[in-house]
Amino acid sequence: MRFAFAPGGGGSMEHVTVPVEIERPEVTGASEPVAEPDVPWVTLVHNDPVNLMSYVTYVFQAYFGYSKDKARRLMLDVHNKGRAVVSSGSREEMERDVQAMHGYGLWATLSQDR
Amino acid sequence: MAAYFDPSPTVPGGAAIALEEVEVSILRSLVVQLLELIGPGPAENDDPLAELFAEGPSEAPSDPALARLFPDAYSGPGRKPDAEAEALSAEFRRFTENDLRARKREDGLAVVRSLDSLVPDGSGGAVLTLAPEQSRQWLGTLNDLRLTLASRLHVTSEDDSAALYELDDEDPRKPLVMAYLWLGGLQESLVETLAV
Repeated sequence: MRFAFAPGGGGSMEHVTVPVEIERPEVTGASEPVAEPDVPWVTLVHNDPVNLMSYVTYVFQAYFGYSKDKARRLMLDVHNKGRAVVSSGSREEMERDVQAMHGYGLWATLSQDR
Repeated sequence: MAAYFDPSPTVPGGAAIALEEVEVSILRSLVVQLLELIGPGPAENDDPLAELFAEGPSEAPSDPALARLFPDAYSGPGRKPDAEAEALSAEFRRFTENDLRARKREDGLAVVRSLDSLVPDGSGGAVLTLAPEQSRQWLGTLNDLRLTLASRLHVTSEDDSAALYELDDEDPRKPLVMAYLWLGGLQESLVETLAV
């Protein structure tokens, strides 16, 4: 039973080292995303047809420490509305939350809540 | 027929399951394939410091299953990212993807190790007992496996998912679908043992 066929031997190519010095074009103020400090960022979790409802609820409880009721409500929001805000805070905090959600296999993104 | 996880009678907060020999072998094979797909970490190039300094990739993996395991952080499903979102996702990926791969690799290796440590009974089957921390690693790996199989089976909507239950026995996807549904049962029963 094989599913992990690597198309065109792509597996090892995922690890091409990226040069540390990234050439950056001259940054003009307008293109740089300047975070407005008092506008919070949010972590969104998106619905998908694979993750089990019980597992998503478990993740919200285990990672965020939410009560079972709150975790279940958020899970149902994700399921019924396609996505839900599961946490809010600074951009750094939300990047941490998004990374954690990816670790659990949930599809999460962050954005500024404006 | 397939057994599921129950709370362990001996390990507090743990889980236990009686696995048949063929189930152990299929699980192990699937996890090993998942590990192959995730690939080795940068530290496996001899230099122990390599991992500390290595930056992750800035582009999403081309394999759709890997792209689902390591999604963009600044643009959700079904939306074309603008240039700003693309740049932010690339930067996020450089700083997080290596760690994420390492975590998924460690979880998968822990699953393989627990399968390899099983002591077979007379029939070749064995009882697997997981401590809570091992259950967490198993949950992560079972989820990664299901995401990967679903990607290979092109499950992208709830309708696709429902259709899996109605495949003909002759359908070439049938063995993978059986594995996918079985892993779902394992994961569901394992979550229940951890109910907080």
